[in-house]
Amino acid sequence: MTGVKGMLGAVVTAPLGALARVLDAPLRLWQRLTGQGGMVAFFLLPNMAIFTIFVLLPLVINVAYSMTTGAALFLPERTYVGAAQYERLLRCADYTNLATCQEDQFWIALRNTGTFVVLQVSLLIVAATITALILNRALRALSFWRAVFFFPVLLSPVVVGLIWRWILDRNGVLNAALVGMGMDPVNWLLERNYAFSAAIGVTIWAHLGFFALILLAGLQAIPRDLYEAAEMDGTKPARVFWRITLPLLMPNMLVVIVLALIRAVQVFDEAYVLTGGGPGTATLFLTQYIYEVGFASLLKNPGLAAAASILMGGVLILLTLLQLALGKRNERKGRLK
Amino acid sequence: MSRAVAFLTRRKGGERWDWTDVFTFVWLGSAVFIMFGPALWLVLSSFKSPAQLSEFPPTLLPYEAQTVVVEGFDRPLPLFTVTDEAGTRTLAEVRRVGTVAQMVDPENPGEVERVNIANRTPVREVGFSWGNYLDPFLRFDFLTYTKNSIFVTGVATLITLLTNSMAAFALSKYEFRGRGFVVVLIIATLMIPLSVILVPLYSIVSGVGLINSLWGVILPTVATPTGVFLLRQYMLTIPDELLEAARMDHASEWQIYWRIVLPLTAPALAVLAIFSVVWRWNDFLWPLIVLSRQEVYTLQVGLNAYAGELNVQWHYLLAMTVITMIPVVLVFIFLQRFITAGIAGTGLK
Repeated sequence: MTGVKGMLGAVVTAPLGALARVLDAPLRLWQRLTGQGGMVAFFLLPNMAIFTIFVLLPLVINVAYSMTTGAALFLPERTYVGAAQYERLLRCADYTNLATCQEDQFWIALRNTGTFVVLQVSLLIVAATITALILNRALRALSFWRAVFFFPVLLSPVVVGLIWRWILDRNGVLNAALVGMGMDPVNWLLERNYAFSAAIGVTIWAHLGFFALILLAGLQAIPRDLYEAAEMDGTKPARVFWRITLPLLMPNMLVVIVLALIRAVQVFDEAYVLTGGGPGTATLFLTQYIYEVGFASLLKNPGLAAAASILMGGVLILLTLLQLALGKRNERKGRLK
Repeated sequence: MSRAVAFLTRRKGGERWDWTDVFTFVWLGSAVFIMFGPALWLVLSSFKSPAQLSEFPPTLLPYEAQTVVVEGFDRPLPLFTVTDEAGTRTLAEVRRVGTVAQMVDPENPGEVERVNIANRTPVREVGFSWGNYLDPFLRFDFLTYTKNSIFVTGVATLITLLTNSMAAFALSKYEFRGRGFVVVLIIATLMIPLSVILVPLYSIVSGVGLINSLWGVILPTVATPTGVFLLRQYMLTIPDELLEAARMDHASEWQIYWRIVLPLTAPALAVLAIFSVVWRWNDFLWPLIVLSRQEVYTLQVGLNAYAGELNVQWHYLLAMTVITMIPVVLVFIFLQRFITAGIAGTGLK
């Protein structure tokens, strides 16, 4: 273990070391000229420059983009239209009928994403909790079982999408199994409800291990003596679960739920490779809508895409604040203990 | 053997089977099948020939039709098992006309028999179509895609490690005005996903002329707040006395960074390196937007483009999917401990 760790450290630091030696002399001079302040600036500069140009600046000008119209890419060449893009996104003649909305695709994407978030997150959390509870039973070969669930987490979304597209194909192995059992084959990716369920199932498959792992860490942190005390009192297992396990797991559980929500709101790659948003618009989600409107369609509309992404960003910021607040609360509780 | 049985039938502790024991077995058993099965099926399928891939129901293992060299014919002939009134025998096909095939006995090639194709099945053996793996590299651009992916992953990871550790060092070991602000700024953007800033980011990358350049994929991803955050938390645990002692010995601040702090941060750097490799190798949405010319595609974008064609050539596509999966599977097999520890400890992925 330490051998691997040391080797890894060496592999990581060796190329950096070579660079560091070259920079030794010039930086000594720089330090003499500018003092410690100059060195702090030097250490911060590369990261903060990239961060400012490619994260902060886009964040700020995104708002400006969402208030302009036209196909021009650069901000100064675009026409200011105020809140017109937001109005276009949100205006419907009759809110009970999405077909009357000016941007009905946006509303369809919104409805799909909403449904997806509710179903996927609740199923995912239930499955992850069950998995964590099972892994927490003094199992032999725990690392193997953990690996079983964790394996798909590292796979790329494109690979995940293609693996399942192949299995769910009309002539795929799943249909072969159905026919083998005397049932009719199903057009998994070409029927609306099946395709939507497939998107939910595949994303759960891909992310289950990640969430189970965090919950497992939470379960393992629950003091054993609580369970021993409960056993001595002859408490029923169900009662132990509701009264000890679940309440003590709650802090982790909340963080996991918020993380899962944040991920689900942005669902894109796996679903996109799996179904391409289809059939029709059955699995069109928000991120894909933004991608299509801003980049992929013939009539690119960067302003509209920016407005939609700001609306999505708003939801994500709320969720992030919620997560930070939960984290703070956990930290305070941890200190009190 | 008895130990294996004891292991398989052990229970929660009591003498009788608890329903939770049954449930655990069912859950774990189906998990092995559901989690590993699809990837295994991908690998098995990737070795099948196009004809085999279009078979329904599919066979588990890849097979190859057997051929035989028969005297008097310059090319090898496919072998079939024929079953009809005359009994069961193995014949080679000379040519096929409609539903009737002209076949010969390989041992006795003089006499041509006419056989209805309903009465015969091809003779085949387990065999691997390695061409599925070779052709995409030789005839298509997958070699370029692979090189691009390796370049992006390697360079982005190195830059990430360097810039993030420098920033984390400044933010953990120096007192200066605005430090708190920078730290808060970084934490605040921890969860801002790329999908929220696609449009303005594209215009900026386009403004600096990096559209259709691998650097356009690399640069926006390297200043990860997650990395800075992770490394800073780790560096905060390094005692300042070490740094002071080095200053007494006239070490420059730069030397303190790379000779003292960096080696001590190696475990955290290793975790970040592993994550960075997996992130950058798997990146899809941003490369999809920035890279629109074939010669700069990464594997992920190339695969997607290939899968989006009207006539999907599954035999090549499946093989290339396996290739794309390999580095991540290697990371998983050898470094799983670091990753699971990293996730359980920090909740990052």
